Amino acid sequence: MRVALFVTCLVDFFRPTVGFAAVKLLEEAGCTVEVPRAQTCCGQPAYNSGDRADAKAIALQVLDAFEGYEHVVAPSGSCAGMLRRHYSELFADDPAVLPRAQRLAERSWELVSFLVDICGMQAVAARWERRVTYHDGCSGLRELGVKNQPRRLLASVDGLSLRELPGAEVCCGFGGTFCIKYPDISDKMVSDKEADIAATGAEAVLAGDLGCLLNIAGKLHRRGRRVEVRHVAEVLAGMTGDVPPIGVAR
Amino acid sequence: MLATSRTFEANARAGLANDNLQRALGLMRTGFPQRRRLAVERLPEFEALREIGKSIKDHTLEHLDFYLELYEANVLASGGRVHWARTPDEARAAVLEICRSVDAKIVTKGKSMIAEEVGLNEYLEENGIIPVETDLGEYIIQLRHEPPSHLIAPAIHLMKEQVAETFRAEHRSLDPGRSLAEARQLCDEARAVLRPQFLAADVGITGANFLVAETGSSIIVTNEGNGDLTQTLPRVHIVMASLEKLVPTLEDAATLLRLLARSATGQEFSSYTTVSTGPRQPEDIDGPEQYHVVLLDNGRSALLGGEFQDMLRCIRCSACMNHCPVYAAVGGHAYGWVYSGPMGAVLTPSLIGVAEAGHLPNASTFCGQCESVCPVKIPLPKMMRHWREREFAEKLNPPIHRAGLGLWVWVARRPALYHALVELASRAVGWAGRGRGRFRAVPMAAGWTAARDMPAPEGRSFHSLWAEQHGGGIGR
Repeated sequence: MRVALFVTCLVDFFRPTVGFAAVKLLEEAGCTVEVPRAQTCCGQPAYNSGDRADAKAIALQVLDAFEGYEHVVAPSGSCAGMLRRHYSELFADDPAVLPRAQRLAERSWELVSFLVDICGMQAVAARWERRVTYHDGCSGLRELGVKNQPRRLLASVDGLSLRELPGAEVCCGFGGTFCIKYPDISDKMVSDKEADIAATGAEAVLAGDLGCLLNIAGKLHRRGRRVEVRHVAEVLAGMTGDVPPIGVAR
Repeated sequence: MLATSRTFEANARAGLANDNLQRALGLMRTGFPQRRRLAVERLPEFEALREIGKSIKDHTLEHLDFYLELYEANVLASGGRVHWARTPDEARAAVLEICRSVDAKIVTKGKSMIAEEVGLNEYLEENGIIPVETDLGEYIIQLRHEPPSHLIAPAIHLMKEQVAETFRAEHRSLDPGRSLAEARQLCDEARAVLRPQFLAADVGITGANFLVAETGSSIIVTNEGNGDLTQTLPRVHIVMASLEKLVPTLEDAATLLRLLARSATGQEFSSYTTVSTGPRQPEDIDGPEQYHVVLLDNGRSALLGGEFQDMLRCIRCSACMNHCPVYAAVGGHAYGWVYSGPMGAVLTPSLIGVAEAGHLPNASTFCGQCESVCPVKIPLPKMMRHWREREFAEKLNPPIHRAGLGLWVWVARRPALYHALVELASRAVGWAGRGRGRFRAVPMAAGWTAARDMPAPEGRSFHSLWAEQHGGGIGR
């Protein structure tokens, strides 16, 4: 399968290791991975700010960049949700582009659900001795139905045990521009999340979206918690040795 | 009611700093969602019911003119009257006129959000009529001169100790040494104080959960029975409702009732479900002599046929706010008007204007919980986004946000430049953060770093590293 990686702007800037982990996992699943260079962002900042015209312009750029691939995969439920669920809404009144947006939607996936649901991956060959807990990112969970797939693959990681997080499905308060526009409310939400994580006694918290992870890591560190924060792909790809946890120096 | 939605940010900060409110919200965060989940699990056809509920409301809204006329004809046929009110002013005036026609001194009130919407209590008081709220929560906030903070639990922002304090201050004829430590004692006291008011009232005003076109009936659900006493004991019963409460048939109402209590409180059914059709008939053993419906539009008909029509499906169950992490953080009063939570974030700008209420649809992470629990499948996040689009088009959002967004868009539409800048920034910021792996303060994100660290980037962008490993420059 010829798969294009949608890197996502946060992975590109903050944590390229997540991108390489995605490539490794996709190749293990038998995919040929390419990274279209003409991609930047999915357009959510404009779309969710009410700037429909610019969101469309950026979406068109994505449609062009990812034309012709069998599948488009992103290590993020949020960005994959944008491609899969929102592009067709964006072009609902534009019959010239709508069919292209719908074709892209049908072919776009969040990484872990793609590995399990489309590639049929049952297990990974990774080892990580940790008690971990898992936060379900909102878009992946509610727009794409990502829930059991990461848990199934994590269960195959040698040495890893999963403790469910109470309130795992409650938003962490990141919300893209929300955390900048309403920092006090965002902080209250991530404070509740931090307390829930700490209460599990887990040594590490994982999720499939870097936005949530940056927010959660930032709060855990400020509170002086020694809980490792990592993207689930790093763990599944066995790349935890390649890079320190989020917010920790090399 | 005077709106304070414009100062949402300050309201929210006040809510976050209010310890009693935070304790009350902490209790709510687990209570309602848990009870709803259990109720839904007990009803295998719940998901199918949501779809049916949605289609009942959609059908009614598509033919609202027809059903409104049918409804009025059937109210008239049963001996009642419908008072059409385009605005809150007209609704208040209609209620006052009815009250004056029977020389009313005391008016008992069941819970009505429409009465809140038109500011009825203040208006009646100004005109020498005493309104007495009979729903326990509404009674408490009436004593405290506060607006409701929740659709079905108007005093949910209070702890029982605060209620006891209020009762002691207001019920001055009672023994000051009495115990008010238990919720039961508070209930009993309110019941004892309210009982004579029920009997003394000249007019009883209730809301309506549904208006039924085929019979001209109004339906209320309560858990306290106060609504029944309010609408059957006085000589005059006034129903205050907005026009989207209409459903075609009793059967339709029954279907929506199956969704309502489960979504709201996790009950199979509310303790009391009461259908009122017209005034007392000769064969009835009790009931009011007069039955009036004050039917409020207040901007709702303008939503028909537009991008916010779906909002008119709302049955006011409160599931969206019960599951909203933003509501759970700041409480209902932060929203600054009658309606709060996700449904308020969509409805309030429609009713009082987006210039006043522009913050509300922005104060959402689009986490989607609200839509996932809405019994009539209102796409709340999508409609909040529509409001943001209006605000953007009308340049109502802060210039600094617009400028930042504009700059980002300009760069994001130039991939070569974008990749170069991301690599540059990643190297620079990664280098600056190499010591600790995170920052305690970032000038551009001071709100974030006030109470959180900002993780540092690894130091190289993915696209640069990929290009180095796989060759190829800019473009495909």
